Amino acid sequence: MNPEFSRNHFDLLGLPVAYAVDAAALDDAYRELQSRVHPDKFASVGEAERRVAMQWATRANEAYRTLRNPVDRARYLLGLKGFDTDEESNTSMPPDFLMQQMEWRESVEDGRSRRDAAALESLRREIEISRAEMQARLARALGGERNYEAGCSLVRKLRFLDKIEAEIDEALESMLEGAR
Amino acid sequence: MPLLQISEPGETPEPHERQLAVGIDLGTTHSLVATVRSGSAECLPDAQGRVLLPSVVRYGPGGAVAVGHEALAMAADDPSNTIASVKRFMGRGVSDVAKYGALPYRFVDAPGMVGIETAAGLRSPVQVSADILRTLRARAEQSLGGELFGAVVTVPAYFDDSQRQATKDAARIAGLNVLRLLNEPTAAAIAYGLDNAAEGTFAIFDLGGGTFDLSILKLTRGVFEVLSTSGDSALGGDDFDQAIARHWRKAHGLADASGRDTRRLLAAAREVKERLSGAQSADAKVTFTWGQQLHLRLERREFEEITASLIQKTLVPTRKALRDAGLAATQVDGVVLVGGATRMPHLQRAVASFFQREPLVNLDPEQVVALGAATQANALAGNRAAGDDWLLLDVIPLSLGLETMGGLVEKVIPRNSTIPAARAQEFTTFKDGQTAMAVHVVQGERELVADCRSLARFELRGIPPMVAGAARIAVTFQVDADGLLSVSAREKTTGVSSSVVVKPSYGLTDDEVAAMLREGFDHAQADRDARALAEQRVEAEALIAAIGSALEQDGDLLSPEERASLSAGIASLEAAGKATDHRALKSAVESLNRASEAFAARRMDRSVSQALAGRRLDEVGSK
Repeated sequence: MNPEFSRNHFDLLGLPVAYAVDAAALDDAYRELQSRVHPDKFASVGEAERRVAMQWATRANEAYRTLRNPVDRARYLLGLKGFDTDEESNTSMPPDFLMQQMEWRESVEDGRSRRDAAALESLRREIEISRAEMQARLARALGGERNYEAGCSLVRKLRFLDKIEAEIDEALESMLEGAR
Repeated sequence: MPLLQISEPGETPEPHERQLAVGIDLGTTHSLVATVRSGSAECLPDAQGRVLLPSVVRYGPGGAVAVGHEALAMAADDPSNTIASVKRFMGRGVSDVAKYGALPYRFVDAPGMVGIETAAGLRSPVQVSADILRTLRARAEQSLGGELFGAVVTVPAYFDDSQRQATKDAARIAGLNVLRLLNEPTAAAIAYGLDNAAEGTFAIFDLGGGTFDLSILKLTRGVFEVLSTSGDSALGGDDFDQAIARHWRKAHGLADASGRDTRRLLAAAREVKERLSGAQSADAKVTFTWGQQLHLRLERREFEEITASLIQKTLVPTRKALRDAGLAATQVDGVVLVGGATRMPHLQRAVASFFQREPLVNLDPEQVVALGAATQANALAGNRAAGDDWLLLDVIPLSLGLETMGGLVEKVIPRNSTIPAARAQEFTTFKDGQTAMAVHVVQGERELVADCRSLARFELRGIPPMVAGAARIAVTFQVDADGLLSVSAREKTTGVSSSVVVKPSYGLTDDEVAAMLREGFDHAQADRDARALAEQRVEAEALIAAIGSALEQDGDLLSPEERASLSAGIASLEAAGKATDHRALKSAVESLNRASEAFAARRMDRSVSQALAGRRLDEVGSK
């Protein structure tokens, strides 16, 4: 049977339902929760406790993982407010961002084919700068402005950044492995 | 033999006695068993005072089994029946073991995992490992003077699901109650961290006989949090011996030697390798089966040259783990070396230059994993002293995913996710009226299914016919605290649900484990029943004690009716405990477990609520 999971991730960790999260408070709350619910604490008692503990610890890990990552946290918060970020089906992007996307993709391909790790690393840094800007805008949209539509659009853009960074990392990794 | 203690109604059960628990390092070349005695972990020696048990098993004609030193002594004369480094074959198929080059064994292509034909019959690597574990269990029970409550068995952090499942099966076949599978570098971190009250970010560099792991951990106030792990489950000290043997073969123009000669050459190589850690050159004499005697010699400089590429190979996973943890090498506060192979000076130099700091070597690299496992076993068995409160948060090493159209992998749980973890992924049908869907579970980082390890295949049937794309099939992955996966699938839209739980295809079925367990005991049926009864009684006793103290603490969470029904469950388990039928006792334990589940859930909910309330008070207090 499933434990009563009526609490949302923020409630579970005793944090206010808001995009701005105090990272240290989040870490502390997560560790404290795990120290109560982790299956290791129940290994010597009954199976019922062990099963419940595994469900709770799983839940705690999911909550922590979601809230720690700014994009996941925004998507989750938007969901709580009744907004679907719709990343799979809604791929419409403003033209300037589309142009930027294409440029980045070409640079990744270029770096990969020339096996130019330095170029890929510098591209990654460039994308990190864009990410920081977008995250700052996201914090404003989901904070004081309460502009959830804009929040959804920013989450879609950031999701694209995640994907392209994953591609860069993969290219760098395969270079590392090829080098041995 | 512990008897079931039954307390008077209303009386609190005695706090249960200290449970005998051990940590076992099941290594490629050596295995060890350790326990916590009077507050500190120690490795248990055999009757001759040796703590290292060579991980070698010899199967003689007529079913004679020799394990350890005795088997090792016979390895050179009877190579095909003397299985060494069996850890490399765990959860592996014929094509995997082919990568290790010429081995003196008669491999059999068994479904899922290779088998080895021996003078005593066909043996699975799982059974060979079980023979090693059984020897360690006997050593521990003799030394501790009682039956073991349970064991923590270590595995390389980079072991995939099949290898973990195979290890757990081996332990069960050896008659061990597996409290937890623990990652080797994490075990080392516990031993090191608790001993030194370490805080900060640590890299554990673990080069064992046949496996390499690199884990990055953050240690903060009693929490051991694994940030990332990487490795190579086919790289270890053995490869350095092979490199030396290859070098000598080439230098002396030796043709492909027989199994016996290979063994002799490798034994000499290992000896020379070990001596080179303390000397500039070393030599050995080898007498081959054809009568020739060779004087073999190696300079440390030569050794370093011919193994430089192996050293470089360890740095690839090291970089990967750092990248996954989002750290630069210089941000690591300490590097702990684990595994006998880390004694090699050129390896220590390479690690020091990579991290730009001297690695920590103030612990025995061969014992530290077993010591950490013993510490964890002690805690899991409920022997934790007050204030001795620490917590371990580990990760899965490799991503878990599903095959989608075109042989591509859709990752469901990414690598380095903290366990336990669960994630559901939705899929839909491809054709109109499709009523079944094949689910193929894979593990690995590559995009193509063909490049990943196949863990399990199953079919979800009974999907109601719908137009293509209308069905919504949720496939749920659950990884438990041992890092083991179970998968279920369910069709969501119609309320018609069919669901299956699969065990990975490299794992053994419960029936197969039961059959191997029977083979392993040469006892009569009566002995086995007595053992099963004793085990069930211990379990029943622990359960009654646990529910008793739970009722005392949180009895108010139950209605009078619920409380009465739970008490009735306890009474009937107590009654079953007096009888001698272990099956009846087992089913009584199971039924009380089920009956107490809702209570357990409510207690956990209360515990979490209390934690939250406590924190809010703190916040108010600090303002």
